[in-house]
Amino acid sequence: MNRFAALLEALLLTPSRTGKLRLMGEYFATEPDPDRGWALAALTGELSFAEAKPNQVRALAAARVDPELLGWSYDFVGDLAETVSLIWPVAPLTASGASPPVPGLAEIVGNLRRAGRAEVAPLLAPWLDALDPTGRWALIKLVTGSLRIGVSARLAKTALAEWSGVAVDRIEEVWHGLEPPYQRLFDWLEGRRPPPEIGDLPTFSPLMLAQPLEDDDLARLDPVDYLAEWKWDGIRVQLVARAGNKRLYSRSGDDIGAAFPEILAAMPDEVTLDGELLVIRNGEVASFNDLQQRLNRKVPSEKMLRDYPAAIRLYDILRAAGEDLRPLPFAERRRRLEAWHDASGPHAVLDLSPLIPFSTWDELRALRDRARDHGIEGLMLKRADAPYLAGRPKGPWFKWKRGALTIDTVLMYAQRGHGKRSSFYSDFTFGAWDGDALVPVGKAYSGYTDEELRRLDRWVRNNTVRRYGPVREVAPGIVLEIAFDSVHRSTRHRSGVAMRFPRIHRIRWDKPCREADTLEALERLLN
Amino acid sequence: MPIAPHPPETWIRPTAAGLYCEPGDFYIDPQQPVSRAVITHAHGDHARAGNAQVLATPETLAIMQTRYGGDAGGSLQPLGYGERLRVGGTEIRLAPAGHILGSAQIVLDFHGVRVVVSGDYKRRADPTCTPFEPVCADLFVTEATFGLPVFHHPPAAAEIDKLLHSLRLFPDRCHLVGVYALGKCQRVLALLRQAGYDEPIYLHGALLALTRLYEAFGIALGAVLPASGVTRDSLKGRIVLAPPSAFAEPCSRRLPDPVVAQASGWMRIRQRAKASGVELPLVISDHADWDELNMTLDEVAAGEVWVTHGREEALVYYANKRGYRARALTLIGFEEEE
Ligand SMILES: [Zn+2]
Ligand SMILES: [Zn+2]
Repeated sequence: MNRFAALLEALLLTPSRTGKLRLMGEYFATEPDPDRGWALAALTGELSFAEAKPNQVRALAAARVDPELLGWSYDFVGDLAETVSLIWPVAPLTASGASPPVPGLAEIVGNLRRAGRAEVAPLLAPWLDALDPTGRWALIKLVTGSLRIGVSARLAKTALAEWSGVAVDRIEEVWHGLEPPYQRLFDWLEGRRPPPEIGDLPTFSPLMLAQPLEDDDLARLDPVDYLAEWKWDGIRVQLVARAGNKRLYSRSGDDIGAAFPEILAAMPDEVTLDGELLVIRNGEVASFNDLQQRLNRKVPSEKMLRDYPAAIRLYDILRAAGEDLRPLPFAERRRRLEAWHDASGPHAVLDLSPLIPFSTWDELRALRDRARDHGIEGLMLKRADAPYLAGRPKGPWFKWKRGALTIDTVLMYAQRGHGKRSSFYSDFTFGAWDGDALVPVGKAYSGYTDEELRRLDRWVRNNTVRRYGPVREVAPGIVLEIAFDSVHRSTRHRSGVAMRFPRIHRIRWDKPCREADTLEALERLLN
Repeated sequence: MPIAPHPPETWIRPTAAGLYCEPGDFYIDPQQPVSRAVITHAHGDHARAGNAQVLATPETLAIMQTRYGGDAGGSLQPLGYGERLRVGGTEIRLAPAGHILGSAQIVLDFHGVRVVVSGDYKRRADPTCTPFEPVCADLFVTEATFGLPVFHHPPAAAEIDKLLHSLRLFPDRCHLVGVYALGKCQRVLALLRQAGYDEPIYLHGALLALTRLYEAFGIALGAVLPASGVTRDSLKGRIVLAPPSAFAEPCSRRLPDPVVAQASGWMRIRQRAKASGVELPLVISDHADWDELNMTLDEVAAGEVWVTHGREEALVYYANKRGYRARALTLIGFEEEE
């Protein structure tokens, strides 16, 4: 466990991508099986312990240290694993005078996988006693399933690729046919066995992603080379069906099929499709908020299925009847997609994302600026002659987001941030005027520079009128210009509205509070 | 038992300018210029410029003069550790605080009642300053910079070993260590020397004057060279000390593939190290950690405790739970100076 803990800590603290790749490569090269396989599972997010919950860890700590002190410490540190690992009291020596034995990673994983809900805490306590603070931190991150060390599954696989000399896309292709601790994978990468057969497994193919369109890009691009379509405001997914096995993957390759049974049920066999997962009622795309209701549920109820019907708007086809279509140009794939859709229909939950005819960029810009449906996030531009390439190649695909909305609000409450911002008041609640009173309309955690954050923090400390635990109420005095993507009705907010993606656009140190916007002005932006 | 005729709160109190002692008519570590100031130590948030009269240890006064020149104060009155001085109705004595060179606790006696104001303090050995001396008091005003039980400072020698280990591991990389200019810089130099490291150590320009002043007070810090004007290649495998604020300067980015380290009690929290871009956190603090704060309350044995400067709420809560009359003293202006 100590080597795995040291790896996690080094990965967290090493800023550069190459540094992280080197650390993982060294680990894979020197750590024996099966520990390195379990570590790989943890790094790629494939390891989860359904019966282990953060509140069990918290309860364990609260039994060892004063709960008030634990609360203040957590409030300051902002991360449960870090707090508990640092506050955990030093264990007494065993009867023979030795420190308790340090458990291995495979031992920890094996025991936790077999454990029932009630057995988790009794397992964890002696391990926490035996480990040092770094070991405790890594253990808690591992069991609660949120490493957050700046390593994506893709980066971990890239490290495997660089260490072994096997291309990362080949590793991706077999990945979904493999299981931790990945003995079969390491045997192949170290040349002891041939590549794993993926056969009829419905494996994930890495997605092609778009570059954001910069202001000066259009001048260099010829409209004749590109096709345009809407960028729908849902989540990007991949549908894979092979030999009767069907999967719905998120853009990162997580299998989310269980949450969307109606999609899997309606899906024809022997095809791989790329599209946007949405909630669609009577042909109209519902707000992202509605989709969120479905994403929050691992398994939906009958009522959820009725009230929030999911569907997929198709962008692309990657494979059909055993043929890999990815090398074909986009225009050709689009023709294949339309043909496939026609031939395999009618479809209840799959429709085509229409192409948008245009001849000049100005024409397209006008369409984009007029698009205010909540289903639309902006436009996609795709080169007609480009093959489907994994990753984010520069040039073939662009996303052209529609402009954000803004509103002037007044800062009302501030709360200490978590993690790196734990010593600053960095979470801000802002309000709009409703007559003479301010009504909170949202919260923002981002959009300011470090310098602005320091200034805001100082201002908050000097203008506090009341304190509630970690929250400070401040006198009206600062106008925050908030940018957001959309606003919708919400019964959960006192104002009756909620914004999507609010962030601080500008701090209007200059603007008097009375001149901030009203709730009514915000309601006019409802769509 | 007769009730003391002059309980502390009748003659010492927090004000906007700082802690004010009425019978002596002076402020302790005032945040704005006053006519009479008693200064615990020379860190910028405790020792401000521009007071009319300043009383402090000779070391503190010398540091203030180095930093502020003619602005250090209208008249400067040195008082060595252990010497006594009557000011108005009170008697003042300065006791070592073990925080940095010249740092002192202010011991005030008034009609048989004693108040001790700790300033910043630590309990670990430090080759660059006189160790903390516990003084029994009726009221103890304590700092609480690291007043949460997540703070346990490991032995400083072990942290220095981490630095030396990294230096052996990456012999071609420069090790850039962020240090607070006053106190931490000189302590890290002295700790490196104690660990047997006798190569020259390079300093950012902002650290030179205070380091020379420490040496003038007889503290040996070995070969110390300015980092500016040295060729890039000659800093390979070397230790460079710089204030963390200098990390963004072009001269830091010019260093050969630096390992970025920082010596501070805050480095105990990984996320904080990460957020500061620190690859090699060194948990070396000039403040007491949680256990040491509580141990010090027991040694000073004051019935009443005022807590300031840091995480007040947790220490106040815990001190009350352990039978002290404790409260938070909200003095504005202090910063997290490590
Ligand atoms: Zn200090
Ligand atoms: Zn201080």
